[in-house]
Amino acid sequence: MSAGDTPVNSPEIQRLARVIEPGHSYATVTDKIASIVLTRPTSIGWLAGFSIAFTLMMVLVGSIAWLIAKGVGIWGINIPIGWGFAIVNFVWWIGIGHAGTLISAILFLLNQQWRTSINRFAEAMTLFAVACAGIFPLIHTGRPWMAYYMFPYPSTMGIWPQFRSPLIWDVFAVSTYGTVSALFWFVGLIPDLATLRDRATNKAAQIIYGMLAMGWRGSARHWHRYQSAYLLLAGLATPLVLSVHSVISFDFSIAIVPGWHTTIFPPYFVAGAIYSGFAMVLTIAIPLRKAYDLEDFITMRHLENMAKVMLATGLIVAYGYFFEFFMSLYSGNKFDVFLVQQRLHGPYSSYYYALILCNILTPQVLWFQKMRTNVAVLFVMSLVINLGMWLERFVIVVISLTRDFMPSAWGRYQPTFWDWSTFIGTLGLFVSLLFLFVRALPAISIAEMRELVHTSEDHE
Amino acid sequence: MNLPHPELYGLLGEFDSPERLMDAAKKVREAGYRRIDAFVPFPVEGLSQALGLGRKHDLVPLLTLAGGLGGGLTGFFFQLWANMSSYPMNIAGRPLNSWPAFIPVTFELTVLGASLFAVFGMLALNKLPQPHHPLFNVERFKRASNDKFFLCIEAHDPKFHLKETARLLQSVNAQHVTEVRDED
Repeated sequence: MSAGDTPVNSPEIQRLARVIEPGHSYATVTDKIASIVLTRPTSIGWLAGFSIAFTLMMVLVGSIAWLIAKGVGIWGINIPIGWGFAIVNFVWWIGIGHAGTLISAILFLLNQQWRTSINRFAEAMTLFAVACAGIFPLIHTGRPWMAYYMFPYPSTMGIWPQFRSPLIWDVFAVSTYGTVSALFWFVGLIPDLATLRDRATNKAAQIIYGMLAMGWRGSARHWHRYQSAYLLLAGLATPLVLSVHSVISFDFSIAIVPGWHTTIFPPYFVAGAIYSGFAMVLTIAIPLRKAYDLEDFITMRHLENMAKVMLATGLIVAYGYFFEFFMSLYSGNKFDVFLVQQRLHGPYSSYYYALILCNILTPQVLWFQKMRTNVAVLFVMSLVINLGMWLERFVIVVISLTRDFMPSAWGRYQPTFWDWSTFIGTLGLFVSLLFLFVRALPAISIAEMRELVHTSEDHE
Repeated sequence: MNLPHPELYGLLGEFDSPERLMDAAKKVREAGYRRIDAFVPFPVEGLSQALGLGRKHDLVPLLTLAGGLGGGLTGFFFQLWANMSSYPMNIAGRPLNSWPAFIPVTFELTVLGASLFAVFGMLALNKLPQPHHPLFNVERFKRASNDKFFLCIEAHDPKFHLKETARLLQSVNAQHVTEVRDED
């Protein structure tokens, strides 16, 4: 194909290349984003959505109360399947969080301008996903009020946690990840909180935003240190996000259980995490831009780029599945070979085929630009990939545990009502927090959008 | 020091673009003023240089390094001490100093220490939280967090003279010049 076939300056190409629609000034960007929080009346849609999410969150509260009253026996877990839904959901939620950090930290270091309008709510998504994830190992301990045993505190017993155990690494990795994500998010919010403080007309809002903004006044000296702290945080969050899912994969790969004990786990878990996280960012971004008329800021370019990241990480995940499969057969280890047979023909094979369908086959439509720029297709794809990644964790946890080395140790796993209610409850918690976030804080970074207006003026 | 206007904090000039502000900042510095600061709604590249803030002004990277080293060393040696001295436990004859197993926690605490120092160090060096500042008395200053760019010459500056400094700000194309007063 000659270069003349696609004129570089065609309006279509320009439309797909824009990170912000033309005609915006500093003031219009500020107005548009701040008005969602400050002046827009609470819509019926918001109230309806929040009520549904809040009801589901109450289901979570009820499920946890029942769990604390009765113990983990209300779940489907048993011996040998001690790690049912709690671990599946934990890994799924924490993986979702990783896209937020990837967008805010890694794309920042790579100077990708298109991250600007999606980083704020992606970081919020990270925090809320980590909150949902953290609940599961906590309640899975059976006695969550004893969870402080996992931290090294000087106890009267004189003992320390087992620092050689991946489960303790997990405690440190996830709590550090939660803390650093919260810091990163809050630092990014400070200038915008100052904007809200200066624009709020209601006394209570002025006081609350004023306290949160901490007296930020946009001094050049302050910005100077602010920028270096932000850059350093991005540099620190990048290896952190890779380490967190690697540590989570160690929970599996350090054990000798067939199907878990493989060296491919850390990279394959990290790729899977980013895959599902981008899917969740799309699941949130598509309704958000529609509901609040943010199509000028979250443009087709953003959606298309996210689709490309999903396609790429999806292929890495497919590579992981293939080599997991191949290495089991190639090793000749009879337990590993047997596990592959169990995935293909065992009692849970339908989950495995659904996983391949959701994670590998369907996303291939993203090769076509027509599909990547079709909002409805992207929304459906994002849901399919979220489901697929949940199935992946189910396959990893359940098939390996139900088919251990000795037939006498084999078992079956059947999730109960309480397993489902707890999982659906965390979805309610996640969506409730998102609804509150969109109403109370700017969902797009205003300061960074002004910077974008400034640089796009330079280019014209 | 005896100031001619005890309650006066400084003079504030308002500009409508970062380029005009930069230009003004350079000229004000050339005129010999040193106690100046700019207030902008987003970070403007080159503004620190225009105001004459050098690299040495920024201690945040050094603090971050200290936090990271502190976190990492504490994490590693704490695990070593817990396993070798505080409560040594022989598990199947494996070495007590199994340092490779201590790396994940060491790494996480390095990142945690560095991040906490970066953020709280930045806030402390910026003297935030600071609920009160004379600039907040100026009604127009609200737009510093929206679409206007401000340059403030403080009354502490040895060259400060109410009329002459105001004239200078006007001559570098400030749209408005306001006196900033600290009224408590």
